[in-house]
Amino acid sequence: MEYGLSTEEVFRALGVELVEVEDWNCCGAAATHSLNRLLSLCLPARIMSKALLSGLTSMVVPCAGCFSNLKRAEYVLRNEERDRRVIEEIVGFRYDPSLEILALLDVVVNRVGLERVYERVRRPLKGLRVACYYGCALVRHPKVTRFDDPENPQSMDRLMRVLGAEPVEWSYKVDCCGADLAMTYGSMVRQMVGRIVLMAREAGAQAMVTSCGLCQMNLEMRQELGLPVFYFTELMGVAFDIGQRERWWGKHLISPRPLLESLGLG
Amino acid sequence: MEGEKLEKGLKVMEESSSFLEEVRSRSGERVELCYQCMKCTAGCPTAPYMDIKPNQLIRMIQMGRKGEVLGSGAIWFCVYCQTCGTRCPNEIHIGVLMDALREMALEEGVEVKERRIHLFHEAFIQSVRRGGRAHEVTMLMDYVLRSRDWMKDSLGSGLRLFFKGKFPLFPSRVKAREEIRRIFERCGQGE
Repeated sequence: MEYGLSTEEVFRALGVELVEVEDWNCCGAAATHSLNRLLSLCLPARIMSKALLSGLTSMVVPCAGCFSNLKRAEYVLRNEERDRRVIEEIVGFRYDPSLEILALLDVVVNRVGLERVYERVRRPLKGLRVACYYGCALVRHPKVTRFDDPENPQSMDRLMRVLGAEPVEWSYKVDCCGADLAMTYGSMVRQMVGRIVLMAREAGAQAMVTSCGLCQMNLEMRQELGLPVFYFTELMGVAFDIGQRERWWGKHLISPRPLLESLGLG
Repeated sequence: MEGEKLEKGLKVMEESSSFLEEVRSRSGERVELCYQCMKCTAGCPTAPYMDIKPNQLIRMIQMGRKGEVLGSGAIWFCVYCQTCGTRCPNEIHIGVLMDALREMALEEGVEVKERRIHLFHEAFIQSVRRGGRAHEVTMLMDYVLRSRDWMKDSLGSGLRLFFKGKFPLFPSRVKAREEIRRIFERCGQGE
């Protein structure tokens, strides 16, 4: 929720218009590709068909999981002729490869551009040391997502520097959080998340930054160190001094208020 | 004696090649190229919890051990993080392979080793089928009823998130629900 709210506010501040895809549907998440390949391609394809109807050619996707599913469907539609025909027939559309599918982080860093972001900064995040956590879906498989480096990505780190924060060097940037296994095997995810958060703290981070709803939830919900977990758009909101940001903090399980106040960023 | 051995040998080869062929064509992954470098298992986040490790699973597919592969818990613990596929020198994408193995296991009616994980996926898919969008509250109720797993270690924080308004009580639904249902039917995903 706070991801959506902060995204809208931040893009408004940057002067970029976002148009919601008309009658969008669920991308299928992890459950669908786990049990039914064809359906896991058709659900994202329907989203694409709706996006194409809007006449716009660049679709920006905040959720890393949705981004992953959409990119996979795009990859199949572009490279597997037979599958494309089946999918087009079932969904009832013609795929148009001119539709771009971009991750929100990609759009901010590479389309809107870090210069424009920097110009909008009113309160640099001085003194804030963050561990940028990319997770799996944004950067893997590189031939599908074609965004940043799959082992040591830097986009979010560069963004954090431009906002005035200090991203730490650490080696668990792209380690899986456990995704939806958190629901059925909570104890396992607690171990996986525990390790990631511990490493972030050992690297000197005061907080973590993410670009995925499920990652953010798992990192907050399954850790025991009390390390706040932000969405990168929320930190942009702090740096842009967006008034609405008070509404976001209440949505967190680990309140970021004490940390922000201690740095004079409250 | 020799004849018997030869026949057994041929039968094993036939079984291996037919399961291997099935897996190859189903997943599109060139499983036969694996030379056991084990980068997959080394980087797999859930491998410590798997009964059969990813590299072992590949070897077993090559050897035609269908029952053990489809009946394993391993195929259910894969979260499709794609670390293996990104690092494999032969570009074998185990996540994609696991998706195919799960589908095959369900089609063959093999007893699912990790029931809860399977049922959670089912509950999610049904939630999407109903409204075109997943609705956490009803989906979790459905999961609990199917699995009898009361999710005790998520309950506390789950409720906190609910009262923060992060899980809407009423579902947000797609208008063209008929369209969604039709897509589900065409993809063989009924009730």
